[in-house]
Amino acid sequence: MISEPGRAWPDAPLLFERSRAGRRAGRPPQPGLPVPELPPGLRRARPPRLPEVSEPELVRHFTALADRTFGVDTGFYPLGSCTMKHNPRLHERLAALPGFRDLHPHQEDEAAQGALELMWRLQEMLAEIAGLPAVTLQPAAGSQGELTGLMLMRAYFADRGEERDTIITADTAHGTNPASVTMAGYRLEKVETDARGNLDLADLRAKVSSRTAGLMLTNPSTLGLFDEGIEEVARIFHDAGALLYYDGANLNAVVGISRPGDMGFDIVHYNLHKTFSQPHGGGGPGGGPVAVRETIEPYLPVPRVVREGDAYRLDSDRPKTIGRVRGFAGPFGVFVRAYAFIRAYGPALREMSEVAVLNANYLLARLRDVYELPYDRHCMHEFVLSARGLKREHGVSALDVAKRLMDYGIHPPTVYFPLVVPEALMIEPTETEPKERLDGFVEAMRAIAHEAAESPELLHEAPHGRPVRRLDEVRAAKQPVLRYRFEEGPALVEAG
Amino acid sequence: MPAAETYPDDLRYHPEHDWARIEGEEAVLGITWFAQDSLGELVHYEPPAVGATIAKDEPYGEVESVKAVSDVIAPLSGEVLAVNERVVAEPEIVNEDPYGEGWLVRIRMSDPGEAETLMDADAYRAHVAEQ
Amino acid sequence: MSYLSLTDADRAEMLAAIGVASVDELFEQVPAGVRLGRALDLPPALGEAELARHVEQLAARNVHTGVELSFLGAGIYDHYVPAVVDVVLSRGEFLTAYTPYQPEMSQGVLQAIFEYQTVICELTGMDVSNASGYDGCTVAADACYIAKHVSDRRTVVLAETLNPQVRQVVKTYAPGFGLKVVEVPHRGGTTDPDELGAAAREAAAVIFQQPNFLGCLEPAPDLAAAAAEAGALPVAHVDLMSLGVLEAPGAYGCALAVGEGQSAGNWPSYGGPHYGFLAARGEFVRRLPGRIVGETVDADGRRAFTLTLQTREQHIRREKATSNITTNQTLLSLAGLATLAWLGPEGLREVGEACLALAQYVRERLPLEPAFDAPSFKEVALRTPLPAREVVRRAREHGVHPGYALGRDYEGMDDVLLVAVTERRTRADVDRLAEVLAEVCR
Repeated sequence: MISEPGRAWPDAPLLFERSRAGRRAGRPPQPGLPVPELPPGLRRARPPRLPEVSEPELVRHFTALADRTFGVDTGFYPLGSCTMKHNPRLHERLAALPGFRDLHPHQEDEAAQGALELMWRLQEMLAEIAGLPAVTLQPAAGSQGELTGLMLMRAYFADRGEERDTIITADTAHGTNPASVTMAGYRLEKVETDARGNLDLADLRAKVSSRTAGLMLTNPSTLGLFDEGIEEVARIFHDAGALLYYDGANLNAVVGISRPGDMGFDIVHYNLHKTFSQPHGGGGPGGGPVAVRETIEPYLPVPRVVREGDAYRLDSDRPKTIGRVRGFAGPFGVFVRAYAFIRAYGPALREMSEVAVLNANYLLARLRDVYELPYDRHCMHEFVLSARGLKREHGVSALDVAKRLMDYGIHPPTVYFPLVVPEALMIEPTETEPKERLDGFVEAMRAIAHEAAESPELLHEAPHGRPVRRLDEVRAAKQPVLRYRFEEGPALVEAG
Repeated sequence: MPAAETYPDDLRYHPEHDWARIEGEEAVLGITWFAQDSLGELVHYEPPAVGATIAKDEPYGEVESVKAVSDVIAPLSGEVLAVNERVVAEPEIVNEDPYGEGWLVRIRMSDPGEAETLMDADAYRAHVAEQ
Repeated sequence: MSYLSLTDADRAEMLAAIGVASVDELFEQVPAGVRLGRALDLPPALGEAELARHVEQLAARNVHTGVELSFLGAGIYDHYVPAVVDVVLSRGEFLTAYTPYQPEMSQGVLQAIFEYQTVICELTGMDVSNASGYDGCTVAADACYIAKHVSDRRTVVLAETLNPQVRQVVKTYAPGFGLKVVEVPHRGGTTDPDELGAAAREAAAVIFQQPNFLGCLEPAPDLAAAAAEAGALPVAHVDLMSLGVLEAPGAYGCALAVGEGQSAGNWPSYGGPHYGFLAARGEFVRRLPGRIVGETVDADGRRAFTLTLQTREQHIRREKATSNITTNQTLLSLAGLATLAWLGPEGLREVGEACLALAQYVRERLPLEPAFDAPSFKEVALRTPLPAREVVRRAREHGVHPGYALGRDYEGMDDVLLVAVTERRTRADVDRLAEVLAEVCR
């Protein structure tokens, strides 16, 4: 049982509190030329209050902040739906090669052949993985891939002279799906999940009509379950002339096993930061390429990366394109990492998914007697448990369990999602974890269930060993302080 | 201090957990103890504009806690005469006194007959027990 | 090569614990009709050394700024990226963490984002900043989505001198928002405030860029005033590296300031990943897209940081969210924070003054006439005696990339070359460009 902090956490002053007037780190080169006057009103009147710090203190600052941050490199991070797998270190070295890092995106195509070839090859490999022929790499992240997919639907139906205004999503969907639907100008309709965790086909049949533009679905779902009726789902939409969009958030479960294109999906986005191991960076960057059927290819964003003979070029001459969704051809550094990842595995990517599913089922098998399992099936790459029983019997919530896991040196799973499961704990171990880490998690979860009965206050008051205890989030929302308040001076002294 | 669970007998109730106090041609609206308890401590109230028209069963505002947001559903139709600015400034008043200081809007009813379709306190208590 | 960790013995034990004979049994929920049933048709696996060699060969086929003296800018700039950025990028904790949903596990990254928000607010003169957007294009679309929700108006006005890619992205997003896009042409390289104001009468927002895409300094305070007078939100698209010498958008009445953060702390990287920044006056805080970090206290009263105002976001507000953004560009924005802190106020001013001085030197030293009279910050548009694309082609044969051919985006500008100079260029570099241009334009 761990109840006392394992280490002391020194205070971490803000950069602005480390600042001393007249101190500095960088000295930019000066060209030794006269500085011209600016027209009145354009010159900055008051200098920005940037921190004034020396380089040693700056390095210590970021090192201290890194120390107060938990990453996959620190320990087990089973954050459901986020696929927190190991990020190969080689990728960082490759993305930083001068031929990539110092390549200007306006460089002429003939002087960027290596970059273009890498992108073209990545497109080809992603097409094979999705089972769909045409790929755009441009979208910046999964949610932008979703929006791109919905814009593609709109362009496709507009071109056919069809008026369709509704998109159907599952009640288990990530919040991005409904948010994307609204941003794309569509109306949202929700379909329910049946007792086995599949889409409710009767509900679906009642809701699909000639106004339906399409379905957005994660498969396996956010419950970690493959939709056993997917062929019928696809038939219902295609018979109504509608399209199917595959949210690739959970693609890590099925690479090389079942392809979205073969399931009947017409448009697919990939999360390069999940399945293909772009480091998550404390919240980003990501990458959200989109693959489509031939019929939708004309509408893809520009520029496209195309091959002509042995040469590659960017092609913006696409009359039916939806346009551009972000700058340039996409987040190129992310492509370097995803490309390297796929080349390292080759066809054995299937084994990646197999082990992701094996690891998840192993955890499920060893935890199902202490936490409730709302859908009693084998899972795919993740699964959802409920802390409902602990709540009922001991007054301990999923949040308490999550916070207590921190004391065991484990990042909590996703909690309170999906919304259809009360007190949800959504657990995704990924394929890169060794058995000892999985066993350590099982032992921690079982110990916490025991603690919930014996000493629930230990859970209510957790975490005990992190730099801070639980936060006053009401205060953060009610009296928002969203930037350093220079006027009031350092708050650290009074708070410390 | 959060209030204790009560459902006053002099109010009319909407199944979406909103109450109405009828005062002649006017009515005062708010959310029930059950609604504030489900949301947790409120941190924000987004009111309608004074003068706006609100329609029965349709949202007229929003209340938020840290991790949840909820439409406030109008139990009655009418024109907004006043907004409780104290709740805008200190939304936790709704948690402390949902039927008194924590009222949300005052309206002039456009169809006073609608009040007949709302539940009385006993019916609403039974409704809450099913949740 | 793979990054898996299980031994055969592990697998056997795990299968036994699950109660299945093979992994295939776990996939029985996948209907037979949708299984692939063959191996993926992908190139064979490579070991780390072979993979490194292969990718290095691809990288070697690109002509980068280390081998070619480059004056390319047009939205992406090769300002110096200080080595302290490596502290951020190479620490596994920053690199391999995700969105800080659990604040007790993520105080470091939360504090860094809070510091980033503060720096963006200081530079732009705004009250609030989000934790970053995808890039300088999508944050402009975000600004339009905010304007749509705070206004009854259904048009947005874009100055034609706004980066063409930014305009293209806004036009891609606008139909979904129910917004119409109107563009205002430039007059001699800058935007006429009266013309902008007239176009803004029905507009929810007006977006202009300072310094603009043609390399000119706009009469930004007059543009913001014209937009505001017409009842539209003035939105400035700005370059962080200019804000040590150029006035902050908040100081001349802008409602929002957005832009591409790449110039501060990110390498060009063939277009990304970089970060977009979005800052606003306080009144718009509840309409902001994406993550926002706030300060609060923990149970012991210690200062602590957390994601806040999350009811704006897709995971709570779903179809009514202020945006669908989830994954943002945190790592890149923290590289920006490290860079701006390394420079400090003096350093940022010096960078700006170096740019101003070099741009002036470009105007005077190059054997080409400036295309526009308006003053420059770090880019100058020059008239070329032959098509600018041809000038680029010929100059590159001399090992110099002379800049961006504006005819790629603007009709009637086939003979205009946009030359960019950051503080990394020297007098000698500009002299070399002058020689090459004299040679190839002969």
